[in-house]
Amino acid sequence: MAEAPKPPEPVATTAPKAAAHPPKAAAPIGPPDQPPPADKPLPAFIASLQAALPGAVSQISFWVGDWTIIIPAARILDVAQHLRNAPDASFDFCSDVTATDWPPRAERFDIIYCLYSTRYRHRVRVKAKAGELEPVASVTGIWPAADWLEREVYDMFGVNFVGHPDRRRILMPEDWQGFPQRKDYPLEGPGELLMENPLDWLKLRQARDEADIE
Amino acid sequence: MFDTNELVLNMGPQHPSTHGVLRVVLRLDGEKVVDSDVVIGYLHRGIEKLSENRNWTQIILLTDRMDYVAAAINNVGYCETVEKLMSLEVPRRARYVRTILCELQRIASHCLWVGTHAMDIGAMTVFLYAFRERELILDLFEEFCGARLTYNSMRIGGLPLDIPPGWDKKVLEFCKIMDSKIDEYEELLTHNRIWLERTRGIGVISGPHAVALGLSGPPLRGSGVPRDVRKDEPYAAYDEMQFDVPIGLAGDTYDRYLVRMEEFRQSLRIIRQGTEGIPEGPIVGKVPRLIKPPAGETYHAIESPKGELGYFIVSDGKSTNPYRFRVRPPSFCNLQGLRTLIKGHLIADVVALIGSLDVVLGEVDR
Amino acid sequence: MIDQFVIPLLKIVIVLNATLVAVSYMVLLERKVIAWAQSRLGPMRVGPYGILQPVADAVKLMIKEDITPVRADRWVFTAAPIISMVPALIVYAVIPFGPKVSLFGRQVSLSITDVNVGLLYVVSVASVGVYGIILAGYASNSKYPLLASLRASAQLISYEVAVTLTLVSVVLMAGTLSMVSIVDAQYNGRVWFAFVQPVAFVVFFIGALAETNRAPFDMPEAEQELTGGFHTEYSGMRFALFFLAEYANVIVASSVATTLFLGGWLRPFPNVAMLRFLGFIPSWTWFLIKSFVFLYIFIWVRATLPRYRYDQLMRLGWKVLIPLAIANLVVTGIVKVLLS
Repeated sequence: MAEAPKPPEPVATTAPKAAAHPPKAAAPIGPPDQPPPADKPLPAFIASLQAALPGAVSQISFWVGDWTIIIPAARILDVAQHLRNAPDASFDFCSDVTATDWPPRAERFDIIYCLYSTRYRHRVRVKAKAGELEPVASVTGIWPAADWLEREVYDMFGVNFVGHPDRRRILMPEDWQGFPQRKDYPLEGPGELLMENPLDWLKLRQARDEADIE
Repeated sequence: MFDTNELVLNMGPQHPSTHGVLRVVLRLDGEKVVDSDVVIGYLHRGIEKLSENRNWTQIILLTDRMDYVAAAINNVGYCETVEKLMSLEVPRRARYVRTILCELQRIASHCLWVGTHAMDIGAMTVFLYAFRERELILDLFEEFCGARLTYNSMRIGGLPLDIPPGWDKKVLEFCKIMDSKIDEYEELLTHNRIWLERTRGIGVISGPHAVALGLSGPPLRGSGVPRDVRKDEPYAAYDEMQFDVPIGLAGDTYDRYLVRMEEFRQSLRIIRQGTEGIPEGPIVGKVPRLIKPPAGETYHAIESPKGELGYFIVSDGKSTNPYRFRVRPPSFCNLQGLRTLIKGHLIADVVALIGSLDVVLGEVDR
Repeated sequence: MIDQFVIPLLKIVIVLNATLVAVSYMVLLERKVIAWAQSRLGPMRVGPYGILQPVADAVKLMIKEDITPVRADRWVFTAAPIISMVPALIVYAVIPFGPKVSLFGRQVSLSITDVNVGLLYVVSVASVGVYGIILAGYASNSKYPLLASLRASAQLISYEVAVTLTLVSVVLMAGTLSMVSIVDAQYNGRVWFAFVQPVAFVVFFIGALAETNRAPFDMPEAEQELTGGFHTEYSGMRFALFFLAEYANVIVASSVATTLFLGGWLRPFPNVAMLRFLGFIPSWTWFLIKSFVFLYIFIWVRATLPRYRYDQLMRLGWKVLIPLAIANLVVTGIVKVLLS
């Protein structure tokens, strides 16, 4: 294990790519975060979160039985810390970390944390809205389980996680260009965009392979 | 006195015991693992991206290709998530059949696990025995839906077909055979001294640590955390079934083994109850012709043989395909714990621990 | 002239060929027995019930490409399989398959030779075979074989001690190192040594499993861990030599065990007159039957048991088997002195 190649920094996608594959209909500009019905009481842990961290919760949503807390990405560490440690929340199990991409929106990414408490057996989703290059604090310090999950989100969306101990691509090859799960990434792959000059590409690979053998 | 160096050993992606295309880069001191790096992605097919470009029904067969040894459970998980998103009512008969299929599939998956796990530790006969019984389950599935591995056996809102006549009798017959076969596996392994030496105290992980690492399913229960989605958040017809959730105490490879062996028996118990109590009625609920869930998002988890299998689906309410389709693969999250588990153990234990986590690379990489 | 050259040469030719055939059929036997243990059929395609399978295997291995890795140590890489194979074959020189029989009016002994240090010869020659494995692992210049050869050297050296110690107690009982005389001693003592030396017998058997790299002690090859171990980089006939050497060693171990502990060519209860009617069966048949029982157990163990871990194997060797063997030796010595 010599020094691993530096993973690519998340970059803003360029306009031509989007133009090459124009969205079919008018793309939705954001998730439909339905507000909870008036007669639905707020779970205690959300109320206490709002009380403990005023201003952290920007919106609360309830849909088909799932509670979602929507927060700005800057507050994720505070909120995570609270949800992990507060006695009435104690979300000790991080089920999933994922993201959704809403390109037209300024804060194009929703980073979604699905949390579960093995003590109270309740679930909640935390949704952090983040811009394309906006740094998002890694929650691996709070839930070690988020390690690979965040790596995958980085790999697929290019979300700029900071403070992650090992931010590398996980599913795609290390030298992959682009972030496949973004909505402006074509389903068929980058195609000739990546192969603009195939000879350069080949030379680069050969040089690296030879270096490996030596 | 001597100059010592660490040896970097590349295990996989072509290695007989990495269960597919897993690659583990080990840094060894002698045969002891100092550190490791688990490299995945060799089987990445972009199922999530693909699914976002298929319509809601077409996705069912893509889910087959994730955990291909328990395909029906993937189908159930996906269909239930969409049903939740659409607030569909599934008829009781369909829910019962789903439960039976899920449990049959769990037994098939555990059969494969016990075979390969024992094989990794060098006991090869169990492998053949376990595959012999798995064959019976595959026959049952073939009779139900015509396929033997990737079933595509569910539809949103219910089942594609009713169970064939006499199928329930065959299932009960299978349960009878399986009862004695589980004893046979246990005879070969459970009290075998070499097996005990190879599995006891290997890869110990405490309950809270396992929760923090995001382990789920048998690896979590082996550490004494009584968490089973079937019990905690019942789906299909599990709320009507009587069964116990076995847990281990030590959190080592042996306890994970015992938990799964007990799960065989609990699954048989559920299958018996389900088969004897299949209610009459329709097999599909009121499903619209064109499936187009209203705008919204949901996360729904079920208990796959490997752990918590979750689907997170976003619908924009306009198109006939999901806006975002995300799977929380249990193998992926369990495999994350491998690095912690193998630290300080020997190469032989690495193999045993990969086996004890029971990962399917199709699901890890998607 | 005939006694000095022709007969020994004939014997060598017969034994060598018989051994090679036996070895290749041992492979078939193993596949068949394990298949039956696993409720399968085993090889069924080549010849009736697959009995021509060894021929097909041999042809296949011979026409396979013989690959030498680029960075292998060429000479050692070539020599290793030979070093492995040759000792396994020349051990047969001292193994007595039967007593002296008269054949065409000549007294012919059913062993190639009977040297007065036969047992010592077996032990020393058999231990040379280890070098084949160690050198193979070293010469391959690859990590898995290297680890395997480290395992092999540690394992074989430590089990050598236990096995040799058990042999010493047999020698104490028989008072000779000659293989023929050891069998004779069992005839004269009216009992097989397995019954008077049960501890030595068991330790020898476990040690033999480890010495021959057989399950549950097949650490050096450990397919699931080291992807084949020391022969990972070998292919074609060179691989086949390792393969044959392993099985030849298994047969040697069975033959030695038969000779030392089960009375060699003697029929059961050789001194009971009532069983004299068994005399029509040639003596070498008994030898083969007894060896076969051992081979069967070797295979049976492989089909049943999981594999030990490397450190557990060493612990078993040094902390259990060697003390047992030493204690057995001491007790044997004391009893021997007291009785005489």
